[in-house]
Amino acid sequence: MIDEVFNPQELVSTDGSQVAYEVFSSQEIYDLEQERIFRGPVWNFLGLEAEIPNIGDFKSTFVGDTPVVMTRTEDGGLAAWVNRCAHRGAMVCRELRGNATSHNCVYHQWSFDTKGNLLGVPFRRGQKGQAGMPPEFKPSEHNLHQLRVESFRGLVFATFSAETVPLEEYIGTTMGGYIKRVFHKPVEYLGCTRQFANSNWKLYMENVKDPYHASLLHLFHTTFNIFRVGMKAHCETDENHGLHSIIMAIKENQDAEAGADYKEQKIRSYQEGFELEDDSILALIEEFEVVATNHIQPIFPQLVVQQIHNTLVARQLLPKGPDKFELVFHFFGYADDTPELRKLRIKQANLVGAAGYISMEDTEATELVQRGTVRDGAARSYINMAKHQDGQTDTLITEKLIRSFWTGYRNLMGEVATGAGA
Amino acid sequence: MTNQNLALRAELIALQDLYISTLDSDRLEAWPDLFVDDCLYQIIPKENVDHGFPAPLILCDNKRMLRDRVISLRHANIFAPVVYRHFFSGLVFEQDGEAIRMECNYLVISTSLEGVSTVYQAGTYRDIVVRIDGELRFKEKHCVFDTSRVQTLLALPI
Repeated sequence: MIDEVFNPQELVSTDGSQVAYEVFSSQEIYDLEQERIFRGPVWNFLGLEAEIPNIGDFKSTFVGDTPVVMTRTEDGGLAAWVNRCAHRGAMVCRELRGNATSHNCVYHQWSFDTKGNLLGVPFRRGQKGQAGMPPEFKPSEHNLHQLRVESFRGLVFATFSAETVPLEEYIGTTMGGYIKRVFHKPVEYLGCTRQFANSNWKLYMENVKDPYHASLLHLFHTTFNIFRVGMKAHCETDENHGLHSIIMAIKENQDAEAGADYKEQKIRSYQEGFELEDDSILALIEEFEVVATNHIQPIFPQLVVQQIHNTLVARQLLPKGPDKFELVFHFFGYADDTPELRKLRIKQANLVGAAGYISMEDTEATELVQRGTVRDGAARSYINMAKHQDGQTDTLITEKLIRSFWTGYRNLMGEVATGAGA
Repeated sequence: MTNQNLALRAELIALQDLYISTLDSDRLEAWPDLFVDDCLYQIIPKENVDHGFPAPLILCDNKRMLRDRVISLRHANIFAPVVYRHFFSGLVFEQDGEAIRMECNYLVISTSLEGVSTVYQAGTYRDIVVRIDGELRFKEKHCVFDTSRVQTLLALPI
């Protein structure tokens, strides 16, 4: 029966170059993703340790569409639990963020500690001869659903599954190296912005693995000469399952040839003559060993690490239904930022997010796909750019990261069916 | 903020009306001129302001950045055609030296090409207004929005 819902053979080609549009709109596939991916053998990004620095600090967030709370525990560690009372299922924590050493469900005042362990039940032993809980009631059997939690360089992740490999292994050596590039010293949380799109979460995954669109959809790049085909590029996936990836645009000397290429091809993105009156928004204070204007690194399924110029963001991708997702942009700087550098980071928030000069079109594009494909579930996309040269890593004109993503997705969605078949 | 100066109140209402009319009638090129040169304009979620976090959606710390924003959305950025209608209420103000601090609620209804109108954003304008050559202009305009979940994207000024 499960195979009828998601048949990898029919929906995603083995090489990931063709995907039936049904995967973007089917409720059954969405439900299966919650089980096999978000509650499966993956690590889901919850937030930054810097958001909850003090004992008792907490933040409400999600794993897939399951509400969870991440906390800083009494011993200075990290915990996460499903935000559903062990008694009758009400949401226990009703705030976005705050500080508390115990969390009380308002419905019947059951209380839990920062780790989600049950602390107290009102009238447990009854009152004045009236009965309380049955004698066999054991508080330790009624804790909140606690998730495994690990952090890597200040990024907090949780998993529902006992099977998930340790976080560092899940991220892998290659991707871990790129995370360390950005998270190379203590960070400070600068707040978040939220964006909601009427499209499937995987369309955003495709988008952050798609360097081909960057200079074609986002005209700001080329209009103001920020980023061009011809810059030194780097595209790579992780070495294990191909679900994580990185796109970098590494700064080299201005390449006059690149502009010429655009003019010859009469691509609409080339416009001469526009200059920013205040180009400080495009400043690049060099602060990394490898100087890049763009570092876009999805860690499947809920995180995209981003460095664009000097603006630093951990984007959290949250599915909200087959045709809805939310992005939470967690802005951060380094604890030792100079006032000038901090000011620049905040100014460069103009480049990214829902109003970002070089990002606002992304959700426009994912919504166009959602609307374009709604009644054509069996039709397939064509993801073949540079397929005959898959080994090439120094190009932005490629769709290999997307193919790799779909292959990994296919394996993940198919795996349980195979195992459960027995 | 309980200033009862009715003449000044009328002037401030006229300024907000002009601001809204400039945006809603698509005269975006005239929008920067409602600000002084070294202005501060930002659109920032209330949740960040409440916690003292600085991350904005848009932040312009001079008038040139306002003009850049207009040029970018006219020529570079791609977004579905949309019409905004702004409404404001609950205006209060107080004199602060030469400047005037003003606050009011705002509501933005957006209407898509398909003809669906929705509440796009609710928030408060927290403004500092000064008089330049007899005319009131914005020294600072903080659009502090409650609708933290921005639907699809934000291209046009609030």
